[in-house]
Amino acid sequence: MTLFERTAKELQTLLHSKELTIADLTKEAFERVEKLDGDVEAFLALNKDKALATASELDQVPFEERGPLFGLPIGVKDNIVTEGLETTCASKILEGFNPIYDATVVHKLRAAGMVTIGKLNMDEFAMGSSNENSAYKTTKNPWSLDRVPGGSSGASAAAVAAGEVPFSLGSDTGGSIRQPASYCGVVGMKPTYGRVSRFGLVAFASSLDQIGPITRNVTDNALLLEAISGLDANDSTSADVEVPNFAAALTGNIEGLKIAVPKEFLGEGVSETVRQSVLDALKVLEAKGATWEEVSLPHSKYALAAYYILSSSEASSNLSRFDGIRYGFRAENAQNLMELYKETRAQGFGDEVKRRIMLGTYSLSAGTYDAYYKKAQQVRTLIKEDYDKVLAEYDVIIGPTAPTPAFKIGENVEDPLTMYANDILTIPINLAGVPAISIPCGFEDGLPLGLQIIGNYFDESTIYRVAHVYEQATDFHKQTPQIWEGK
Amino acid sequence: MANISKEEVKHVANLARLAITDEEAVKFALQLGAITDFAKQLEELDTTNVVPTTHVLPLVNVLREDKAVKGLDRETMMLNVKEQEAGQVKVPSIMD
Repeated sequence: MTLFERTAKELQTLLHSKELTIADLTKEAFERVEKLDGDVEAFLALNKDKALATASELDQVPFEERGPLFGLPIGVKDNIVTEGLETTCASKILEGFNPIYDATVVHKLRAAGMVTIGKLNMDEFAMGSSNENSAYKTTKNPWSLDRVPGGSSGASAAAVAAGEVPFSLGSDTGGSIRQPASYCGVVGMKPTYGRVSRFGLVAFASSLDQIGPITRNVTDNALLLEAISGLDANDSTSADVEVPNFAAALTGNIEGLKIAVPKEFLGEGVSETVRQSVLDALKVLEAKGATWEEVSLPHSKYALAAYYILSSSEASSNLSRFDGIRYGFRAENAQNLMELYKETRAQGFGDEVKRRIMLGTYSLSAGTYDAYYKKAQQVRTLIKEDYDKVLAEYDVIIGPTAPTPAFKIGENVEDPLTMYANDILTIPINLAGVPAISIPCGFEDGLPLGLQIIGNYFDESTIYRVAHVYEQATDFHKQTPQIWEGK
Repeated sequence: MANISKEEVKHVANLARLAITDEEAVKFALQLGAITDFAKQLEELDTTNVVPTTHVLPLVNVLREDKAVKGLDRETMMLNVKEQEAGQVKVPSIMD
């Protein structure tokens, strides 16, 4: 039993009636971490002293000045820079790196009165689907400790699923929020590209990366997205569009909603239980007044290949800044500058990161540029057009988030291509740039499954409205892993 | 299966400023070969006259007012620099 099974609204009620203080809530987070993180291994760094001091200050703020997330604890993925709190991207090359400024989203969390508990593990530089690519530790799935939590925001999902924190931030380049949310049975949103500022998010693939919220329920997710969204002068790709009150969109009404179900999302490789859970979810939504039809997104099968070329190309450029000169790890005994670069990078990066840097460098090289990089960008256009066409006629697209539940630790590490296939249902969404959520929709052998709801550009409100109706009608999100109660 | 040679991997590693051993070059040649083989499926698509997408927002230029703003101070900027001297970043010799 923990306070964190409550919603943000319920926690605010306890704070307002003075049954609870923000200091109590903050202590609860650290007690949960102490009790559970030996098993889950979600946190890379804790912000204990500062968080407790902040909590006591926040307790002095009058109630009428507080918003819906005021005083609530949150964990932050370790590729989001936090001033004075070590940020490593789970890479050896950033070992000991102490950021000198906060990411825009971290500013916004503070403005909302949230308390940062610590930094969450991930696949190194967000490259991976299992958290096994972390240079520091392998986070475990709270539902079954011999399984992966997904990735790359695996620990952001695991920490929420284990009830260590009620909120976390992740980042999603090809499914890195939604796939772990699916594997861990929590709610994870990848917003529209441009909705949330990327300033202070260590760049992996700049045209695809988005920061997004992970929570235990849809309403809390909507509140957190509103808090972190908006135009930012420090990110020229943040969009100048109004930030709606997403929680106000949760009307409970989906009468007349038109749902598209791509046949490519329920085909080969998708487990029978996963397929059935989606069909069951459609029945639930039908009963609430929605209709659905099968559609085709014909270029879906090409998304994986296009994604790996584009994301790796962008990464090879973005990761050139890690050279051992200005911050982080620096190789010893280099005889000259070139050797310092090469040795620092060879010793500082893990194999998956090296693979992608080399794939990207290769794709961008003279002689291969047209066949790989340009071709992949053209295929991206075709994929985006698929989505534009379907979303012109339908309100949302629905399918599974991942083809199967969480796999076993070690099962896919030797074969990059099999590992990449876990993201086959999430990757096209990043290429198109549209928003999508994963919400709990069932179990297979005691492991959670996720329903993916995809919406039109900057229409997260409709996604939340549909997700909320589904959540109200089901109780998958209320179930907790055994570890929740402690050993 | 591999359509990338060990020599090509070494060349790419050099461009990417990664020191690489012979053994690693063999391993990466196999893995990168498998990934680029997989990527060959894109050739099935006719993309003649398809405009490449660099990113999804209809952005052209984003400009701010041409006004000086204060940056971070030198002391802060130097906090994470491992080797420094007289407020400057120190590196090994650039030429042999």
